[in-house]
Amino acid sequence: MDAQLVAMQLLSGVSLGAVLIMTALGFTIIFGMLRVVNFAHGALFMIGAYAGLFIAERTGSFWWALLLAPIGVGVLGLVIERLLIRPLYGRSPDDPILLTFGLGYVLVEGVRMLFGSDGVPFSTPPALVGVVNLGIGFFPLYRLFVIGVVVFILVLLWLALEKTKFGLVVRAGARDPQIMQVLGVDIRRLWLIIFGIGIGLTALGGLLAAPMRSVSPEMGTIVLAEAFVVTVVGGMGSLIGAVAAGLLVGIVVSMTSLFAPEMATIAMFALMALVLLIRPQGLFGRAGQGA
Amino acid sequence: MSARAGSIIDKSKDFATAWRIPLSLVALCALPWVLPTQALAVNVLIYGLFAVGYNLLFGYTGLLSFGHAAFFGVGAYVTGIAIGRFGVPWFAAPALAVIAAGLLAAVIGGLSIRTRGIYFAMVTLALAQLVYYVGLQASSWTGGENGLRGFTVSTINFFGFRFSFLDPVNKYYVILAFAIAALWFVSRILNSYFGAAIEAIRENEARARACGYDVERTKLLSFILSGLVTGLAGALSALHLTIVPLDTLHYQTSGLVVMMTLLGGAGSFFGPFVGALAFLLMEDVFSQWTSHWQLFVGAIFILFVIFLPKGIWGTALAIRGGK
Repeated sequence: MDAQLVAMQLLSGVSLGAVLIMTALGFTIIFGMLRVVNFAHGALFMIGAYAGLFIAERTGSFWWALLLAPIGVGVLGLVIERLLIRPLYGRSPDDPILLTFGLGYVLVEGVRMLFGSDGVPFSTPPALVGVVNLGIGFFPLYRLFVIGVVVFILVLLWLALEKTKFGLVVRAGARDPQIMQVLGVDIRRLWLIIFGIGIGLTALGGLLAAPMRSVSPEMGTIVLAEAFVVTVVGGMGSLIGAVAAGLLVGIVVSMTSLFAPEMATIAMFALMALVLLIRPQGLFGRAGQGA
Repeated sequence: MSARAGSIIDKSKDFATAWRIPLSLVALCALPWVLPTQALAVNVLIYGLFAVGYNLLFGYTGLLSFGHAAFFGVGAYVTGIAIGRFGVPWFAAPALAVIAAGLLAAVIGGLSIRTRGIYFAMVTLALAQLVYYVGLQASSWTGGENGLRGFTVSTINFFGFRFSFLDPVNKYYVILAFAIAALWFVSRILNSYFGAAIEAIRENEARARACGYDVERTKLLSFILSGLVTGLAGALSALHLTIVPLDTLHYQTSGLVVMMTLLGGAGSFFGPFVGALAFLLMEDVFSQWTSHWQLFVGAIFILFVIFLPKGIWGTALAIRGGK
């Protein structure tokens, strides 16, 4: 076992981590701000990939798909929040879970109806095909591109949350929605917008994952479980938690597949069990929170 | 006050509650002769029992688990492995299955109860997926993606009486005997002080804690009891199907039991059977004219969550109770 191999595996762990951060990001934002556990996350991730496929076929350009698919699915998210999630605010926190689970069921079946049950290939955009020599070995260009997009999105989110007035309102709203309402903030509109952004990011995750995983109505099934693992390991639906947990899970899975490939997926869930045992509130969650 | 049946206070007053085991027995004995097909009846029986076990945790204790496929699936796999590989007699295999499901429930329950509130659904789902992937990888034991086969029980020897287990009517009533025993067990739990304690936790956890209940231990025990009943349902499913598909362990199976329980009425004794019946009837009817029946069942489930969260039976009870 030489150091070069380990370094390469570490890098592919980081790249897997970037994908995991992207798959969990939309879910984490909605969970962190609205306390809504979106069980339709996997289905909307899959719809993001299909929307990208649809747009790329019509326009002939991956870049248009990258821009338009998240916006289109984000608008679908706005509709979902307005019609289905909003009636449930103030009710048992289990109700949105149940509802979104049923919604996922409907969305997956709807896509099967429209696009068929079989998987569809999604080719890597021509500009991003190939490998890059990084000195320690060759690495797929598309994966580097995904890492770049994830970093870009994270910086954008961080700037929006920390440096703008809108971000200030969002952070305050997540901490104490009642006080914000008293101060005259239309908290329902705020939640609507956040839900839409979260779903848009979910769709972007699905689109970015499409060339790496096959596009099929079931592609979101595993994503739901992955998003849960990242959120539980990170804790509290915080952004920094999701980033750290995504990278950690990615590296653990990648390293496990170096030594025992058949254990790779199991390692991801085992890591979560370990975190629950040692730090039930998650790596970045504070004790006493999480209720 | 909740209008849910089975609380310790109204047990002497309510006819349906006091007689719920004989009533279940009569209704379930008649089921194969009422439903369009006998295959549907045996599915209602198995999934109804699955939902009854699940309801103990979700309906009565108020914990939304998305991981019960693990106990159902492990119950099924242990039954199949015990019969097929070790030649365990058919009546003893479900006992092993129940023990295995109970042990797994103690582990998964112990870990999930460490988290609170809405984390619970996520954690139970993810831990049950761990079991799914173990089932996928341990293919020398489980058959991996092809499922577990080769453990058909064809004849049953009951104190010298030999009869065919392949005959659907015989099979139904043998499975019914197990199911009624489990229903009696659940009914006794709900009538006990423990049954009152879990309902107290569901209604107000902080108050139950203040009253001196050990909330964590009560929840864990409820989780394990729920896992035991669920494991038995899985064992019966294996005896019935004579195959255990890998998807038995998948979280979609957990979702199925969540939907059935809510459709029928979480937190009521008869609700889970009503829900299993309603779900499987809908599947039967819709799939006759479209292969996309899940679209309609899912939409109906969404409408129930928004407008009828008490489910069919729970709403009927509420109307009768004038609430």
